[in-house]
Amino acid sequence: MYRYDEFDHAFLAERNRQFRAQVARRLDGSLSEDEFRPLRLMNGLYLQLHAYMLRVAIPYGTLNPAQLRKLAEIAERWDRGYGHFTTRQNIQFNWPRLIDVPDMLDALAEVGLHAIQTSGNTVRNVTADHFAGAAADEIDDPRPWAELIRQWSTDHPEFQFLPRKFKIAITGSPHDRAVTRAHDIGLRMLRRKDGAEGFEVIVGGGLGRTPMLGPVIRDFLPASDLLPYLEAILATYNLLGRRDNKYKARIKITVHENGLDTFRELVEARFAEIAPDFDRQTTAAELARIRAMFASPLLESKSEYAFHEAHQRDPVFRAWADTNLHPHRAKGHAIVTVSLKAHGETPGDATSEQMRLIADLAERYGHGEIRVSHEQNLILPHVARGDLPALHAALKAAGLATANAGLLSDIIACPGMDYCALATARSIPVAQEIATHFDRLRLEHDIGPLKIKISGCINACGHHHVGHIGILGLDRAGVENYQITLGGDGSEDASLGSRTGPGFAHDEIVPAIERILRAYLELRENRDETFLAAYRRLGAAPFKAALYEGNRADAA
Amino acid sequence: MSRKPQLQVVTANALISGHSVWLTASGGWSPRMGDARVFDDPQQAQAALAHATARSDIVVGAYLAPVRAGVAGPEPVHFREAFRRDGPSPAANAHPRS
Repeated sequence: MYRYDEFDHAFLAERNRQFRAQVARRLDGSLSEDEFRPLRLMNGLYLQLHAYMLRVAIPYGTLNPAQLRKLAEIAERWDRGYGHFTTRQNIQFNWPRLIDVPDMLDALAEVGLHAIQTSGNTVRNVTADHFAGAAADEIDDPRPWAELIRQWSTDHPEFQFLPRKFKIAITGSPHDRAVTRAHDIGLRMLRRKDGAEGFEVIVGGGLGRTPMLGPVIRDFLPASDLLPYLEAILATYNLLGRRDNKYKARIKITVHENGLDTFRELVEARFAEIAPDFDRQTTAAELARIRAMFASPLLESKSEYAFHEAHQRDPVFRAWADTNLHPHRAKGHAIVTVSLKAHGETPGDATSEQMRLIADLAERYGHGEIRVSHEQNLILPHVARGDLPALHAALKAAGLATANAGLLSDIIACPGMDYCALATARSIPVAQEIATHFDRLRLEHDIGPLKIKISGCINACGHHHVGHIGILGLDRAGVENYQITLGGDGSEDASLGSRTGPGFAHDEIVPAIERILRAYLELRENRDETFLAAYRRLGAAPFKAALYEGNRADAA
Repeated sequence: MSRKPQLQVVTANALISGHSVWLTASGGWSPRMGDARVFDDPQQAQAALAHATARSDIVVGAYLAPVRAGVAGPEPVHFREAFRRDGPSPAANAHPRS
């Protein structure tokens, strides 16, 4: 992974020194809250319902054990002994005190982490496929490109005050695990038949109050043009994007209101202007330097006997291995999803103890690599199959071996009104109740692959529009009310879910989800037809009928 | 037509901890909503809010929240204020205050 050089360290130290002084000036009254607020937000410090929240960037979701241990230490020393992993592949600390934040940032800097550009109208943390560098279906590791984009966009003087925040996602695999079409810019790596490397560039996707799947602005962008082309898109948006209305300020609205063709013409014109002066040599040299740091670990083949033996003997291991492993490009290896979705727990939370254990296990069995997935789990991308039984046993002892990756209880849930100042309803308890309810019914494995995503307000941090089943919590006349969408999908076949109809009260939402899923079990052609496939075959009607069956009066 | 007076409290987040706090009758700030001074006169409430906003060295983001009278002091009208009073749902907050 990327290692900081002296310039990176010096930059971070200087930024942290500045913020420490800003906090001191806030505390002694020289800065008002209005003056201080943008400064703390530039450093990822929010004020939420019950406390401050510090959002730490985890670039493209890649961590090493030292970094994860440092996050554990920070949680324990200055927070409440846990952290919350987010859909942006970041981690959030929910209870820091203002006076401690400068020390927390210094501690982060010791391991090359920071909270810069995790807020504000800037380019946010670049997210990537969490199986990058390991997946069997991958064309190439997208992370060197993601790191290049991170370096280019961090503190970029032209793009610190964009009309609105800006999110870029990148995948190196045709199977889109990075939800590229729901980002301001989505990048999909391509390799043409002649061997030329490039990107399909998607622009103007996003969820929130106006969900849109981004259209393709360039079918094939030669890889060496990436940075000048991104710069052209950002520059065009920076001039054209609306600043009169926060809700119309994202690039998706800019593209939509001006039309893709007009937007593309402006981008291409800007690109033609800046591309000739772009320093390609330096960029290529930097990319080569970065690439060397992302070289694959040496994956030696080991005996798989222990795996086969455990798979035959131990049904608990078998269930876990059948759901939480993903094919690795290297023979005899697997990608492991460490579920942060134990039934009844808060999706994405990990205690300091759990973080330390995962760091130890990554060192022992996983070549020291850890990933954060946008689905709020942790990933060990390179594990020899023969080591899986020992790994599983260690995870199980710490409550980290729930066999539910990609299943019903692997729910994305935003913090919702339990923490968030913007929320209109709770999300976490809904996720917990769905998970425990279906666990009691023992239906989860029978139902099979299913993505439920829950947002506690219209801003859609829980990605509900791209959930196979999406749940949106709203405030209806002072009471929590949950709307359901069906048929959303964040993969390469992306689609936005459709609203079923009237919403449900908090205590009605779990039975409502059960009615939909019982209908699916009745309607599916066989066990291989997933919920999403059945929905696409049958349409919404039979699911709506089941959902509102005998319930019209209550649900209205 | 007689209207019930709108009862309000002044609430904010503490500058250093960020925790929810309520303005008390003595002019201090309490972490308990039950300690809050209840205003039934909108003008007095506005004046208290203005005063609180000026004390930005102690609290952040002060505002008026409607309440109703309860046995043990003011109670929230809206569920958002109930969350501010009670903290995250017990199950969501498996890691209680240390």
